[in-house]
Amino acid sequence: MASKVLELNGLGKEFTLRILNDKRIAALHGINLSINKGEVVGLIGKSGSGKSTLMKCIYRTYLPSSGEIWYHSDALGAIDLATASDHEILHLRKQEITYCAQFLSVIPRVSALEVVMAGLYGRTNQSGVGALELASDYLARIELPKELWDAYPSTFSGGEQQRVNVARAIISNPKLLLIDEPTASLDHKTKNVVIEMILELREKGTSILVISHDTFTLERMCDRMVELQQGTIITPLISV
Amino acid sequence: MNGKVDQQWLLKVEGLTKIYGSYNENTVRSTGPEFNSNICPETNSIVACADVSFELFPGEVLGIVGESGSGKSTVVKQLYFDLEATTGAAYLRKEDNTLISLLEESNARKRYLRNHFMGMVYQNPREGLNFRFSSGGNIAEKLIMAGMFNVQNIRGRASALLDRTEVPVTRMDDKPASFSGGMQQRVQIAKAIANNPPLLFLDEVTTGLDVSVQARVLDMIRELQRDLNIAMIVVSHDLSVIRMLTDRTLVMKNGRIVERGLTDQILQDPQHAYSQLLVSSLL
Amino acid sequence: MIDTPKYQRSYHYAFIDETTKKEIRRKLLKAVAIPGYQVPYSSPEMPIARGWGTGGLHITLAIIGKDDVFKIIDQGSDASVNACNLRDFVQMTTSCKTTFDAMEATIIQTRHRITEEKLGKDQIMVFQVPQPEPLRDVERYEKKTREMHAEMNYAKMWVSLYEAYVKYGAIMYGAGYPVMVNDRYIMSPTPIPRWDVPNLNDSECIYLFGAGREKRLYAVPPHTKVEPLEFEDVKFEIERFLGTPCSITGEELAFLDELYEDDGLKKYVISDSNYLDKIRTGQLVHQHINKYLKAMAHERES
Repeated sequence: MASKVLELNGLGKEFTLRILNDKRIAALHGINLSINKGEVVGLIGKSGSGKSTLMKCIYRTYLPSSGEIWYHSDALGAIDLATASDHEILHLRKQEITYCAQFLSVIPRVSALEVVMAGLYGRTNQSGVGALELASDYLARIELPKELWDAYPSTFSGGEQQRVNVARAIISNPKLLLIDEPTASLDHKTKNVVIEMILELREKGTSILVISHDTFTLERMCDRMVELQQGTIITPLISV
Repeated sequence: MNGKVDQQWLLKVEGLTKIYGSYNENTVRSTGPEFNSNICPETNSIVACADVSFELFPGEVLGIVGESGSGKSTVVKQLYFDLEATTGAAYLRKEDNTLISLLEESNARKRYLRNHFMGMVYQNPREGLNFRFSSGGNIAEKLIMAGMFNVQNIRGRASALLDRTEVPVTRMDDKPASFSGGMQQRVQIAKAIANNPPLLFLDEVTTGLDVSVQARVLDMIRELQRDLNIAMIVVSHDLSVIRMLTDRTLVMKNGRIVERGLTDQILQDPQHAYSQLLVSSLL
Repeated sequence: MIDTPKYQRSYHYAFIDETTKKEIRRKLLKAVAIPGYQVPYSSPEMPIARGWGTGGLHITLAIIGKDDVFKIIDQGSDASVNACNLRDFVQMTTSCKTTFDAMEATIIQTRHRITEEKLGKDQIMVFQVPQPEPLRDVERYEKKTREMHAEMNYAKMWVSLYEAYVKYGAIMYGAGYPVMVNDRYIMSPTPIPRWDVPNLNDSECIYLFGAGREKRLYAVPPHTKVEPLEFEDVKFEIERFLGTPCSITGEELAFLDELYEDDGLKKYVISDSNYLDKIRTGQLVHQHINKYLKAMAHERES
């Protein structure tokens, strides 16, 4: 019944450092993974095992060296993200796929409210509610103090920045969400809020790949977990 | 917007080449990043850029990054008709889907295209603005060339544009010579978008400005791009500008494109040796 | 010594040699064929300095014949020093009849005014031009102004009109208001007052313009469209003399000079001296008719 949204076949990633005489660094090899619609898959593993690399390969921030990344798009049908054109990737990023990095990439002179509203830019699938109201709603839920809404995130704490980052990712209501450490540096209460919001997305049909170190988060959110070790998947664990 | 991909490019450039001086059949072959040189060893001609090909889609922002001699400004200057190409072609797709072969048009047509379809912002405001006219007059020039001959309408539109680019409207009748560098750039931007062009060229527009001013101008450009959905080509040697503004990037060296891709990919996973060098040199 | 009549005379007929006259006439033909277009020409040396009317003189001497009747005015006056000197010169080198009467003349050379009376199809008006290039104030380089004319790229000119309006509240050009000729070229009508500009349009006579120092000729042939540049909402206007009539004739619908008496009082006098004489002596006059004058006459009635 569940339809596949993402399917990785033999994905590999190798970095070639030209400056060091073309030294090669293998980051991923032989990755096979699939995610169904509405599924939340947790990606776990030690530091340096390749989790962020895998996510970035899907988002095309990294160019895969081998293998395929099949994504079932609403607009384009089945498309291999590894070989798709820049233009197609840009379209998917605007409309269907959202990536939330571990840290907020700060742009000067953009307030917290505007950062969150930016998540709505270009999206066609939203309710009649205005962007401002929706963004304010989310900021309220992640409990960012109201006086900070018009402030520039460059002055925020790490936790505050990440909350804004996550709010922006969630508000975009994507078909596929790639989210890296959404609850790190959050207190218990805010952790719950963020997990709530992500689960709400799942209800709406979003497929989610999440990287986390936090067992509590993983247990609450994930249908399934995948462990990476030295760039490859080891025994896929089936969670409760 | 119904979610379907717009497969039709707005601008397509093919084999754009600019050579200064007389050249022979070996000139292009004997220059480029592999030779670390733009100068032909046989004829001493300078290959400013060669074999430049790319597509630009509506509403997309393309960055061209490179150091001096990379040819990045040359590309854009040829598209805006400031320079004449040696060989190559460039096609613009109009709203009615007809194609215009830009480099083959007559001077009069080129002027028409520049006024109605393109905007250009130069690094030096003196290139883009006429310092003998007021800032409103500079914008008026663009509006008049597009056929607006009503003074009240001209002033109305000019003040709206200046307001949009955060230039105090009270300075509309002042000459740009009395403005700060950042404000001069903003007047240039107002002038460039006066006729709502689908295509905007930005050539090192914040180079030389103070950092805080730079941030303001860049931020304004981002907003404008979003609100007006203009396709832009942003030329810069500064990777942080590229990061802030662009969706895709071309990396150029010695007149050739050495790498092309999504901007975040170029910045985080550069493939070509030169791109890796550039990115690792980011302070 | 060659013993023929041609080589016995100290000067050619009308001072300029026939070959040069031929060249000037050919250039004039080209100018007439392309209304408003500036044609470069040889501008030969004359016994007067540049800037004193050599261009106008070149045209006059190139086209004048024994049967012509010559009139010359300077700011409307037949009697100014320069007008007199040039008249004497032309008379001396051509032996043709000279006159003060605008209706009697076949060739009228003028500095900075059109006659108040309308000229007919057998008359030619020759203008002395200081600066033939209307775009010179907005573009210094000849190369660029030529390109602008060739490509009909007059945006800079329009912007300078806009700037003048913004600065002064109206398109203020005292003399030499720019015009569009035949919907193609922007032309400088020489520093004639705005009053005269509408009289270039749809004329019966030929208007020829000569700039000796700049070496350019241009022309407006009969029945050519000549329109002052204006915006949709900022229009061309002629000078107003309603309320300040000529102190000699009482005329308000003619171009008046503003003069100061010895005691400092301002008085107005008709600028065109021949027209002044005719009105003063009650003769019949054939004044120009144009829509601006008509509107002013209308206003005076009401």
